[in-house]
Amino acid sequence: MAGAASSPSRDWALAVPLAVLFALFFIAPLGLLVSISFQTERQMTGALGLGQYAAFLTDDLNLAVLRDTLLVGVKATILCLLFGYPLAWLCTRVSARWQAALIFLIVLPIVTSVVVRTFAWIVILGRRGILNEAILALGLSAQPLRLLFSETGVVIVLAQVQMPLMVLPLITAIQRIDPNLESASQALGAGAWRTFFKVTLPLSLPGIIAGTILTYTACVTAFVTQSLIGGSRLLYMPMMIFQQAMDLQNWPFAAAVSVIFMASVLLIVALLIALSRSRAARPYG
Amino acid sequence: MRDWQTLSFNALFGLISLICIIVLAGPTLVILILSFTGEEALHFPPASYSFRWYLALLDANELQAALWISLKVAAISVTVCVVLGVAAALAIVRSTGSIARVLETVFMSPLILPALAFGFAALMLFSMLGMRPSILTLAIGHIIVCAPFVLRTTLASLMQLDPALIDASRSLGASGLHTFRTVTLPLISRGVASGAFIAFMASFDNVPVSLFLQDARTQVLPIYLWDIIQNQLDSRAASACGVIIIATVLLMVLMERVAGFSRFMK
Repeated sequence: MAGAASSPSRDWALAVPLAVLFALFFIAPLGLLVSISFQTERQMTGALGLGQYAAFLTDDLNLAVLRDTLLVGVKATILCLLFGYPLAWLCTRVSARWQAALIFLIVLPIVTSVVVRTFAWIVILGRRGILNEAILALGLSAQPLRLLFSETGVVIVLAQVQMPLMVLPLITAIQRIDPNLESASQALGAGAWRTFFKVTLPLSLPGIIAGTILTYTACVTAFVTQSLIGGSRLLYMPMMIFQQAMDLQNWPFAAAVSVIFMASVLLIVALLIALSRSRAARPYG
Repeated sequence: MRDWQTLSFNALFGLISLICIIVLAGPTLVILILSFTGEEALHFPPASYSFRWYLALLDANELQAALWISLKVAAISVTVCVVLGVAAALAIVRSTGSIARVLETVFMSPLILPALAFGFAALMLFSMLGMRPSILTLAIGHIIVCAPFVLRTTLASLMQLDPALIDASRSLGASGLHTFRTVTLPLISRGVASGAFIAFMASFDNVPVSLFLQDARTQVLPIYLWDIIQNQLDSRAASACGVIIIATVLLMVLMERVAGFSRFMK
């Protein structure tokens, strides 16, 4: 029938507008970014080469910025996992009513503006901030601690700001685990800790990987948090791209830095996906 | 032995969860309380409370201008995201081919790629096309980074849709468009509404893309706030944040009632 034969092609037509928009304003700009990164001259004279990449990769200061950015993401993501896992676990153990309330509380920070949340942390971590006043009052330190404009501060705030991205996939993953498996483990004599490490944790691995990918990519690119909490002394890749592109107007170098940054992030995501696939192949390994 | 294990496990996990809940909610509460300060300086806890900084927002012209730009950009972006995103989701969910998977991956990739690098790339493209920064360039950039949210929630609700309902409608003689309007759309409306809400908030909050696609005439609210927080720490920043927090909570409660949107965040 003509009607049946034409329906798949009509279905396809529905994706075309968004696909065209993405081709024009997502794929094309990224292609342009890559091609400009090969311009060797700042004035973009048309001379092509790997000069901008060489300039970045042979400078220890630039490499330190890349390393710091990737590491700050790792630290914040680990913090998110260590604190977020118990919260996700709790969400799956309470009544439906409580779970809805907890999820509402967890979602609220993602929806609230990141500028607002980061601003709150400045008030909390500042020299005369809430945390320092508490530390001084308790006599834990004679002088206020330097929390703002320090890497520790950046890691703490990134972990808080991005925590929901870790917790939500974890809740889904833990909820999918057959509760009989945990009961069986307990009935066979394993304690709560052993059951957790041998049953719950390995079976929730897909959620851990999904949460880690979302949290990590969000942490390394969190321009607002990095710049407000890190201040001008701590430089991370997003700020470096912004400075090179807008303050110094060095587009070819900024493009090369962007490509290196995107490639590093995608490589880490690919490694995490590969890890999850290899683990999924042998779930009892 | 076993009871001790269960007890220590529950105690530790409960304690960490409690810390998490306090840390998740705390900062927002601190700003909300601080926004009602009666003092000049932002010091917590405030020595006195008043609405003075909220009243001061009434003559904050630059801030109001930035708010209007942000709302306009978000409204345009979300409208386009919903129309094109729902259409694309229908196409992707009906197709089993590999092209559909490729398209889905491309449409979702703005979630993973550094948004700032995309913002910079878009700036270069617009400048080569001779397009000056405007509400239009901002909206285009925001559509790309917000489309994944609408697509994801719409796909999630389409997956739960029983295909037999569509078949029944079609075999009873309804046209494709009529079926979409009277069967599909009502059944996926919660997913679409949730996606639209998340996309709206993502656009309203976006800094990394807007940084490159705005100019002095089209400064958006989060960048305006980011600027004053970084430079002079004006107390009006706290009351502006207070307004954002209150509006966000009210919208979220509304969306939870209407669309049960937090289900779509998982």
